[in-house]
Amino acid sequence: MKTRSLRASAVAAALLLGMTAACTSNSDNADDSDGGATDGGGGGGGSLTYWASNQGTSIDNDKEVLTPVLEAFTEQTGIPVELEVIGWNDLQTRIQTAVTSGQAPDVVNIGNTWAASLQATGAFMPFGDEEMDAIGGADKFVETALATGGAEGEDPTSVPVYGLAYGLYYNKAMLEAAGVEPPTTWEEMVSAAQAVTDPATGVYGLSLASGSYTENSHFAFINGAQNGAELFDDEGSPTFTEDGTVEGIKRYLDLMQEDEVVNPSNAQYDNAALAVADFATGKAAMILTQNNAGATITANGMPDDAFGVVALPAPSDAEDDIASHVAGINLSIFTNTDNKDGALQFVEYMTSPEVQTQLGRPFSTLPVLVDTEATFTDNTELAETFTDIYNNRSAPLPLVPAEDQFENTVGKAMNQMFATIATGGTVSEDDVRAALQTAQDQVQASVG
Amino acid sequence: MATTAVSEKDDAGQEQRPPARPRRRSGWWWPYALLAPAVLFELVIHVVPMITGVWMSTRQLTKFFISNWTAAPGVGLRNYQVALDFDAAVGEALLRSFVVTCAFTVLVVLVSWTFGMAAAVVLQRSFRGRSGLRTLFLVPYALPVYAGVLTWNFMLQRDTGAINHILVDNLGLIDDRPFWLIGSNAFWSVVVVAIWKMWPFAFLMLMAGLQSVPQDVYEASAVDGAHAYRQWRSITLPMLRPVNVVLVLVMFLWVFNDFNTPFVLFGTGQPASGDLISFHIYNATFLTWNFGLGAAMSVLLLVFLLLVTGIYLLITNRESRRA
Repeated sequence: MKTRSLRASAVAAALLLGMTAACTSNSDNADDSDGGATDGGGGGGGSLTYWASNQGTSIDNDKEVLTPVLEAFTEQTGIPVELEVIGWNDLQTRIQTAVTSGQAPDVVNIGNTWAASLQATGAFMPFGDEEMDAIGGADKFVETALATGGAEGEDPTSVPVYGLAYGLYYNKAMLEAAGVEPPTTWEEMVSAAQAVTDPATGVYGLSLASGSYTENSHFAFINGAQNGAELFDDEGSPTFTEDGTVEGIKRYLDLMQEDEVVNPSNAQYDNAALAVADFATGKAAMILTQNNAGATITANGMPDDAFGVVALPAPSDAEDDIASHVAGINLSIFTNTDNKDGALQFVEYMTSPEVQTQLGRPFSTLPVLVDTEATFTDNTELAETFTDIYNNRSAPLPLVPAEDQFENTVGKAMNQMFATIATGGTVSEDDVRAALQTAQDQVQASVG
Repeated sequence: MATTAVSEKDDAGQEQRPPARPRRRSGWWWPYALLAPAVLFELVIHVVPMITGVWMSTRQLTKFFISNWTAAPGVGLRNYQVALDFDAAVGEALLRSFVVTCAFTVLVVLVSWTFGMAAAVVLQRSFRGRSGLRTLFLVPYALPVYAGVLTWNFMLQRDTGAINHILVDNLGLIDDRPFWLIGSNAFWSVVVVAIWKMWPFAFLMLMAGLQSVPQDVYEASAVDGAHAYRQWRSITLPMLRPVNVVLVLVMFLWVFNDFNTPFVLFGTGQPASGDLISFHIYNATFLTWNFGLGAAMSVLLLVFLLLVTGIYLLITNRESRRA
C-alpha cells in the first residue's frame, strides 16, 4: 500500500511535469490589449521603453553606440528612454510574446520584412496622416524604404530607420592573384569562385550563412525574383513551387553542391557574422552580405581598401537583375503605449537627418531619408554602389501577412537541404520542389 | 452535515471527556486546510493553463488574433484534423517527429537506467574514493542544463569542436570531419547528450533505493553460494522494483518531453533527425504563429502520454498484485 501511494504521488508529479511541457505558455492574460494598458515598461511617468535590434558588432557595442544618442534625446525632450538590445535569434519571439501578453515596450525595432506580418496582429499603431506629420511627414523617407512599412493600401505600422542591401564583397588581392575580375554575372561569379577555391588549404571562393534560415530565405527570394518568380499570389496565398523559385533555390544550393565553391562547414553557419568572419580572415574570397557587414569586417582586422563590392550578380539570361531585397530595420510603436506623444517624438528623433548620419557609421547602415548621404563608409565608391543597389536594384519581399512564414518554412527547408549536401547527399530539383511544396502546405494550413 | 457540525461543537465544549467516537475528532479540517494552498496553486499553475490549452486547440488562433486571442473564431476539431492528416505536410512532419522521439526515448531511458544501475551497484560497496566518485557522477545532473548542453554544442562543432579534434586530428580514426549537429548524426548527438544529462538521475534514485536493501540478505545468499550476478538478479532487482517502476515512468515522461536539450543543442537549425516532439511543436507553433494548431498537437501529446502512463501503471500494478 505504501509503495503504491508513493508511486501514485510520483506519477501524479511526473504527469503534471509532462503536462506543463505539453501546454506551452501562452496562457498569459491578454485581456486589455486594446486600451489604456499601464504596462508599457519603463515605469510610466512619461518614460519610454525601447527594444533595439542588434546592429553593431555585439549587443554591448549597440548599447555603447545608442546610449549617448538616447541621452541626447532625453536632454532635448525630458523623456527618459530605457534601452534593451535584443539579438536576432530572440527578437521575433520576444515581439510575439509582447504582442500576446500586452507586456510590450513602447517602441520596437523590427526586421522590415516582418512589417506586414506584424501589422496583421493589430498590436502596432498605424501611422495615419496625423502620426506621419508628427514624425516629419511621409515624404522625408526613401519611397521604397517606406513601402516596407506594411501591407499595400494600408497605413504603415512601421517606418524605416536603418537601410540595408545585399552586395557581393570580394577580396581584391585574392581575385587578382587568381587572375579574375570582379564578376558581373552569376556565371562569372561561379568561375571566379572556382578559380580561388582550394579545399586543401581551406580557402573557398564563397562563404554563405547556409545554416541561417533568414539569410537562406532572402536568397530564395532574390534568386527566384531574378527568374521572374513570385512567392505569393494576389490573395496572399503562397506559390512557392513556381519553377522560377525552384530553379533559383537550386542555383543557390549548387554553389555548395555542384560548383563546390563553398565550404560544407558553412551548413552550420547560423549567423551571417560567421560567414563574414571567414571573408575577413581570408578563408573565403567573396561573400554575399548586407552592408552592415562592414563593422564585423573591420573588427576582424581587414582594412577598408582590401575589399570591393559589386551588386549581387544575376545569371546572364535572367529576367530581372534584382540584386537585393529592400532590407533594413523599421520602427514600430505598440498600440498600447501609454506615451504615444513621447513615442512619436522618439521616432521622429531616430529618423532625423542628424541621428541617421550619427548612427550610419557605427552600424554601417544606409540612410532611409531622401537627400541624405550614406555615411557608413569613407569609400565613396562603396557608398555609391550600395546606394545604387538600395535605390534602384532592390525589391521588397512580399508585403503579405504570411511573409514571415515564408522566411521560416522555406528558410528552414533550405537549412535542411544544405545539411544534406554538406553531409554527402544530393539535392535534385525535384527534392527542392518537394520541400517547397511542404513549406507551402505548412503556410497554407495557417493562412486558412 | 448539520449533525456533524453540531457534534463538532459538542466536542469542543467538552474537551476533557475522553474521545469515545473517533469520527467526531476535533481538527478534522486540518489536513484539508494544509492541502488547500497546494490544491489552489495546482489549479492556477497546471489545471487552468491545461484547460486553456484545450480551449485554444479548438480555435483558429493565428497572428490575426493573438493580440486579442479571446476573439479567435472556433474551428471545432479542424486543428486536430490537420495535425493527424498524415498524408499532408503538417501531419506527416508531426508523425516523423513522433517516431524520432519514440526511438530517442527508448534509447535514452534504457541506457540511462543501465548506467545508473551499474554505477549504483558498484558504488554500493565501501571503498576508498567512493564518495568522490558519487559526487563526480552527479555533476551532469547538478549543472544547469543550458551550460551543460551549450558546452556539448561547442564540442560537437565540425571545425572547432573537441570531438572532431580528438577523432580526426589526435587519433586519426576518420579522415573526413563528420558533422554532428546536422544530418543523420544529429540524432546520435542528441541521444548522447540526453543520456549524459539523464543517467545521474537514475543513479541517484537507484542508489537511494539500494540503501533500503538490508545487507544481511546479501550475506545470507553469499553463504548459499550466490555470485554477484545472481545476487543482483534475485535480490537487488526485486527489492528495487518499487523504485524502478517509478523511475522508469518518470524518466520516460521527462525524456519524451525534453525540450531544452534539442533547443540548446541545435538552436534555430533543428535537423530532421533530431526533431524531438516538444521542440517540433514549439517550432510548428511559433514559426507559423499558429497557436491553435500547436495547442492541438500539445493536447494530442498529452493524451498519448496519459495513455502510456495509464497502461504502464495498469500492467505494473497487476504484476505487483500477482507477485
